[in-house]
Amino acid sequence: MAVGAHYGARDWLAQRVTAVVMTLYTLLIGLIVLWHGGLDYASWKAMFASTAFRVVSFLFMASLLFHAWVGMRNILMDYAKPTSLRLSLQVAVVCVLVAYAGWTVQVLWGHA
Amino acid sequence: MAAVERPVVKPRPIYLNLLAIRQPLPAIVSILHRISGALLFAVGIPLLLWFVQTSLASGAGYATAFGPLSSSLGKLVLLAIAWAYIHHVLAGLRHLALDLHIGTDLAPTRTASALVMVVALLLTLIVAVRLW
Ligand code: HEM
Repeated sequence: MAVGAHYGARDWLAQRVTAVVMTLYTLLIGLIVLWHGGLDYASWKAMFASTAFRVVSFLFMASLLFHAWVGMRNILMDYAKPTSLRLSLQVAVVCVLVAYAGWTVQVLWGHA
Repeated sequence: MAAVERPVVKPRPIYLNLLAIRQPLPAIVSILHRISGALLFAVGIPLLLWFVQTSLASGAGYATAFGPLSSSLGKLVLLAIAWAYIHHVLAGLRHLALDLHIGTDLAPTRTASALVMVVALLLTLIVAVRLW
């Protein structure tokens, strides 16, 4: 297991960049929904049919999943002290995140 | 080995019951940022994916996706997630400001922490009003 801080600064930065990406996407969605005064099924569906919107949404989800990895790892480093426990929990977190990623692709590209 | 002469130190109080120590406001914002992040990871993301997937499936699916909101339990769960996201984003933005060395003095830090708490609760209240 690589120890040391070589990945620390990179992940610290990544967590900030992903935070900005997610904030912008959140504002975008909020503005779209407010602008339309809520979306009915037809316009909701039309929005997700656009390739541009799917790609932007995927970018949001990719940021989110990477951000969540860095964040959950930081939390585990603080509380899960025994190495074996910490590594097991980290593996569990990675499995969950990979499952979320697969599910995301299915959600965004699995409909007409 | 020669005995090292140690200065006599008064025993310092060890008092680390986190529930009994009065936490400064920034500490509360910070721990809530952590708790909300973990909550979003475990509950928020799967709910979001389920919601978008179900709502896009068909017109009937769209109705199904909003179904849980007809029960009080469903509303409470959404409200908790909404608070978690709002608090996490606001506390996160406060973090980014601090990283840029904006508002790092004690007084502005306190004000910003209070602002994060209050604005997050107010926005959550608006969500609650819209839900009920
Ligand atoms: C569902 C989405 C999100 C999840 C699951 C999530 C999860 C987490 C977790 C688990 C942490 C670690 C907390 C800690 O170490 O105490 C964290 C940290 C952080 N989050 Fe998020 N987050 C999400 C969205 C956001 C958004 C939209 C922002 C935008 C401002 C944001 C900003 C931050 C920042 C700046 C940190 C670093 C704080 C630090 O270094 O202590 N997060 N996030």
